Amino acid sequence: MTNTMIHPPTPPDTVTPEIVEDWSKPAAMAIPKEGFFKLEQGRYGPIYPKTPANHGFTIIAKIKPGTEQTIREYGTKIENTIKGLPDGLAVLQLHYLRWVLFDIGQDTYFMYQGIFDTDFDKYTEDAVALFTKYGINTVFENLEGFPMDWKTNTPAFLKFVRDHQRPSFLEYGEYPYVSAEEIKKALRLKAAFSNMLDQMQ
Amino acid sequence: MLELDDIQHILVTRTPALTGRYEFLTFRDTAGAQAWVAGILEKIRSASSVRTTVESDNRWVNVAFTWEGLRALGVDEVSLATFPEEFKQGMVARAEMLGDTGPNHPSCWVGDLASPHLHAIVILFARTAAEHTRCVTAHEELVAKIPGVERLSFLDLEATPPFDYAHDHFGYRDRLSQPVMKGTGEEPTPGSGAALEPGEFILGYPDENGPPAQQPQPEVLSRNGSYMAYRRMEEHVGKFRDFLREHGKNAEEQEFIAAKLMGRWRSGAPLVLAPEKDDPALGADAQRNNDFNYKKVDPLGYAVPLGSHCRRMNPRDTAANMNRRRMIRRGATYGPPLEEGAPEDGVERGIAAFVICASLIRQFEFAQNVWINDKNFHELGNERDPFIGLQDGTLEYKIPKRPIRKRITGLPAFTTVRGGAYFFLPGLKALRYLAGLGNAR
Repeated sequence: MTNTMIHPPTPPDTVTPEIVEDWSKPAAMAIPKEGFFKLEQGRYGPIYPKTPANHGFTIIAKIKPGTEQTIREYGTKIENTIKGLPDGLAVLQLHYLRWVLFDIGQDTYFMYQGIFDTDFDKYTEDAVALFTKYGINTVFENLEGFPMDWKTNTPAFLKFVRDHQRPSFLEYGEYPYVSAEEIKKALRLKAAFSNMLDQMQ
Repeated sequence: MLELDDIQHILVTRTPALTGRYEFLTFRDTAGAQAWVAGILEKIRSASSVRTTVESDNRWVNVAFTWEGLRALGVDEVSLATFPEEFKQGMVARAEMLGDTGPNHPSCWVGDLASPHLHAIVILFARTAAEHTRCVTAHEELVAKIPGVERLSFLDLEATPPFDYAHDHFGYRDRLSQPVMKGTGEEPTPGSGAALEPGEFILGYPDENGPPAQQPQPEVLSRNGSYMAYRRMEEHVGKFRDFLREHGKNAEEQEFIAAKLMGRWRSGAPLVLAPEKDDPALGADAQRNNDFNYKKVDPLGYAVPLGSHCRRMNPRDTAANMNRRRMIRRGATYGPPLEEGAPEDGVERGIAAFVICASLIRQFEFAQNVWINDKNFHELGNERDPFIGLQDGTLEYKIPKRPIRKRITGLPAFTTVRGGAYFFLPGLKALRYLAGLGNAR
């Protein structure tokens, strides 16, 4: 029986830091080069730790020459999709997405940075299905090396994502470890209190 | 069109068995392996055959192979490489991700199930004890004739009394929520959702995402096949009853706690439809006992706690892509029942079950890794599935209740994984292909 995982990484020597999740105390975390402290396998490969800035990824890939405008147009496309369907991406438990294009020499690169609340390995097929539904991942077809059979080949899609993931070496949270749901709950509570106080005037 | 005459019946039909046995085999050489498949082939019925003979038959047989088993049968490396990564690795290599650590770790498993020499399983279901004995003897004779085949271990199965409905050793009614495939002619019970594309469970057919893709090769081997995750799960009945007594002052309160852990009363009645009091008639009524959802009726878990077993294993309308996460469950109980009021006797008893699906990583492993073992499922923070999640006594269980929820800390482990494996369940043509691989060369 083979014990080879899809990407066999070497566990780093670093010790996993003792974490006390306290939202009231801003926190920073330095992360080893591999992106994790202790090798822990998820379904599709190593799992990246939760940091003061929660879970997330930074995917950087070279774009196919001449596709810059097409990629930029996705900005408007996604904007309109979300206008029509504000909870369309709810499954991803996102805080923020940032899409950036930048040049190195003659080449243009695409950076897709997301901050969310679940480790990507867990809901990975749900994410792929959602990308498919809203046409988000067709933007990836403009990236070099992206598997063109991604619609039917989830493992190949995930391999591309993992191969192009650049783990952070530092992450910081001003209100660390708090989920988007908790933030929304707090704001809803605040709104409810304001409303209550208004009613009492 | 579903080729029911080529699909092993376990995928489609249940049989009226009260007893049975799983035998685990290893193949010492290819010739022996092929001779064994050829020898048992005629005993294995297709789904369509069982439909017409189920009333007159007394025993039902299925066979399946590990990836190493397919290699031992002579499947070539090119073909072996086309199987999905998780199946190649096997359940042992996936242990950490599946939550099989601590007392559930493969190093503690019994019956040589963690051995790389585990190659095949024979599943026998029988109507009577006499038929059970007859079949076991017949199989022993077959194995004795073939020098290249050896039995690693076996597990005898027994239904737990009372026999008029299926239930586990903890007393919960089972087989309540099963997906139905298009093309089988079966009607899903109310609340079970529409019939699903057969490719969710059987290789070679369209699935909920579209036409079949990434199927193992050659087609004759994969078509009408499926994957089975086997789990042998010991149920600590004495410990479970002690827990109920500790948290419930009387029988009524204990039943309530038992229902809150499951999401259903032990009668099968769902808490969404019977939140305060058990309703055994509802539990037994297939037209009503699965007809509910969570999102609108019970979003905060006042009826069914967010972390209950039912809610984790089938979140219904509170999870995305549910149609891509469904699984067919088969199996049986083993070990003697522990009489009510009797102290824990230390005898192993439990469930030996199969999860059948077209993608182990997307269906079985997802359920195991996320629904069962994600501590933060539904933002619960510090919980795992109260029955089959990895429990080490440090986790809790929250029962929402107005005005203040009940929080149980230090939940014990009510089950222990005693074995498991990933098998490929070939179609009948594929079995003939496997039996004849030697001749083809």
